[in-house]
Amino acid sequence: MSENRKLIKIATAGSVDDGKSTLIGRLLYDTNSLTSDKIEAIERSSKQRGYDYLDFSLATDGLVAEREQGITIDVAHIYFNTNKTNFIVADTPGHVEYTRNMVTGASTSQVAIILIDARKGVIEQTYRHFFIANLLRISHVVVAINKMDLVGYDEDIYLKIKSDFEVLVGKSGFREDQISFIPVSALKGENIAKQSEEMPWYIGNTLLQHLEILEPIDLEENSVARFPIQYVTRPKTAAYHDFRGFSGKLYGGSLKVGDQVTVLPSGNETKIKSIHFFDQEFQEAAAGSSITITLEDEVDLSRGDMLVKSGIEPQSEKQISATICQVNNKALKVGDKYILQHGVNRVLAKVDQIASRIHTDFSGTEEVEQLKLNDIGKVKLRLSKPIHADSYLSNKSNGSFILIDEGSFDTVSVGFID
Amino acid sequence: MNSLLIPNPKEAESIHILREVAAQFERPVLLFSGGKDSITLVRLAQKAFFPAKIPFPLLHVDTGHNFPETIAFRDKLVAELGLELIVRNVQDSIDQGKVREERGRYSSRNSLQTTTLLDAIEEFKFDACIGGARRDEEKARAKERVFSVRDDFGQWDEKNQRPELFDMLNGKIHLGQNVRVFPISNWTELDVWEYIRTERIEIPSIYFAHLRAVFFRDGMIWTANEHVFREVHEEVIERMVRFRTVGDMTCTAAVLSEAVSLNDVVAEIRDSTISERGARIDDKRSEAAMETRKKVGYF
Repeated sequence: MSENRKLIKIATAGSVDDGKSTLIGRLLYDTNSLTSDKIEAIERSSKQRGYDYLDFSLATDGLVAEREQGITIDVAHIYFNTNKTNFIVADTPGHVEYTRNMVTGASTSQVAIILIDARKGVIEQTYRHFFIANLLRISHVVVAINKMDLVGYDEDIYLKIKSDFEVLVGKSGFREDQISFIPVSALKGENIAKQSEEMPWYIGNTLLQHLEILEPIDLEENSVARFPIQYVTRPKTAAYHDFRGFSGKLYGGSLKVGDQVTVLPSGNETKIKSIHFFDQEFQEAAAGSSITITLEDEVDLSRGDMLVKSGIEPQSEKQISATICQVNNKALKVGDKYILQHGVNRVLAKVDQIASRIHTDFSGTEEVEQLKLNDIGKVKLRLSKPIHADSYLSNKSNGSFILIDEGSFDTVSVGFID
Repeated sequence: MNSLLIPNPKEAESIHILREVAAQFERPVLLFSGGKDSITLVRLAQKAFFPAKIPFPLLHVDTGHNFPETIAFRDKLVAELGLELIVRNVQDSIDQGKVREERGRYSSRNSLQTTTLLDAIEEFKFDACIGGARRDEEKARAKERVFSVRDDFGQWDEKNQRPELFDMLNGKIHLGQNVRVFPISNWTELDVWEYIRTERIEIPSIYFAHLRAVFFRDGMIWTANEHVFREVHEEVIERMVRFRTVGDMTCTAAVLSEAVSLNDVVAEIRDSTISERGARIDDKRSEAAMETRKKVGYF
């Protein structure tokens, strides 16, 4: 499948007022990703609404409620490709009440595009988007200063916004080379796929060129191997009578036949006997593979347990400190009990402490009694059994979790381990 | 033995999802239409559980208006892989008076399938229904989660979906609820075709160009057949066509094509200017057609 193209996952943040949906629609249009029937549908709807231009936002705002209100409510996933690259865009809503969608949309992305309306400059919403990109350790941030057509393509306005934003960069964990600025007009297509003639003062890549040349640092593939057991494969057929394979997805690093491994939580050590993918056997599997492993020794291993290389074990903790984002209407309070899901493992968790609520404008923290929907805060949790986790900073997938309400079974929080 | 396994990220994600279904649910089922997406799902499920058998049955909701090629293909696949197949018929729901046949020139049994599906879910107490829907197919699908919780009435509450972080899937539900699972959510139509080509997966013959008796209506190519309503003046002609999606005969339009091999098909999709669902008559009913059907339990 698209074997030789690289895959880049992008999160877009910004509200419809900043022209985010228009920007995505424009990217689709300029990469010939919109088919003629979709373009016709856009033309028809634009005309019905009395617009004298093509409203590309109609290509992405998929739900009736959104079309009625003209805002983006939920994360939409959009796919397009150029000759070199496959792109997946998580189009997330910008309003404060959808911070949770932004967090989940951004969690799997390597690149964030933050849109700024050139007429408004850096506003509270920009702070929040950038804060989340920083919290989730996104590899690159592209600041697209949009609607340049409405400010006469004025370089001074662009420079002012850029320097305002650079103040924020100074407060974040980002290095300067992880941030780039591009003046655009999504509506007119300036500096999206085509170099703008209206802004000769801008010397740099168009947005699309920039996205194509990015080389995101993928934490997932550059840390240490973690193999959470998802499923025990026991065929019990004549041909595979004694086969007992441990199936799961490998994160963080590779595993080889013969590797000395430690079984968590028991701490027993053994060696990898074979690595299977469908009807083939492999000497080694790279991070990201969904494989089945057999071991040299009979060990007790079931769903939720973990295999790691001996000597580089994660922390096994019954108490964890984490930053969480509340994604449900139900508030999180001290003493509450939840089901904590870490990868494929579930344990019970009790909220021991809410240390603070974090202001998403980089202005600090405050003490609170509870965390409400869309709040981001620091908490301490006590667990019924230890989980085998890394810090989010060192291993994204093994450093994150969700909290599930025991009554409704809804996912109420997403968490990132300190 | 091979040396190093470099994963195809989309395939690895789909396998992960299928294993989560087997681990988290009591009675999962794979909704099988005989189309390329559900055939791809079967291959992915083989890969997820090999050397064990696929640990859930297939369910086909048969409108009775399917292409005979699809049904023959289905039966062959099931026999070859030793799978368990459950078939439930829309005709039975009609005979029981639960749904009424549509009339007129656009009549179709497509939307009637929902009732038959919900009845089957209740009959077998299925708690997870695996489907081949993809987010790139349609705008409302673009917002659907990988694990999508449905209530007792099969309804989708699009404003209250569970956030999905990384690979963590929350499949905890109450009795009576069920989850629709979409393992190839993040695949595009081209991904599916390239995968079918790489894996040499067999697919029904109607995906390739063939001579067929058709008629033209509203700029679309309809199959001329007893199940498809046709006005007297709508002239039947023979054309080289193929199908890009395979659903009920009454709601799937053909496209003119000379593509007789997988290479031809992949090349055609790459250059195509018409979207896949552009040939779905059911989506043309209104801009919100898909979302409205999903809310009431359509797959």
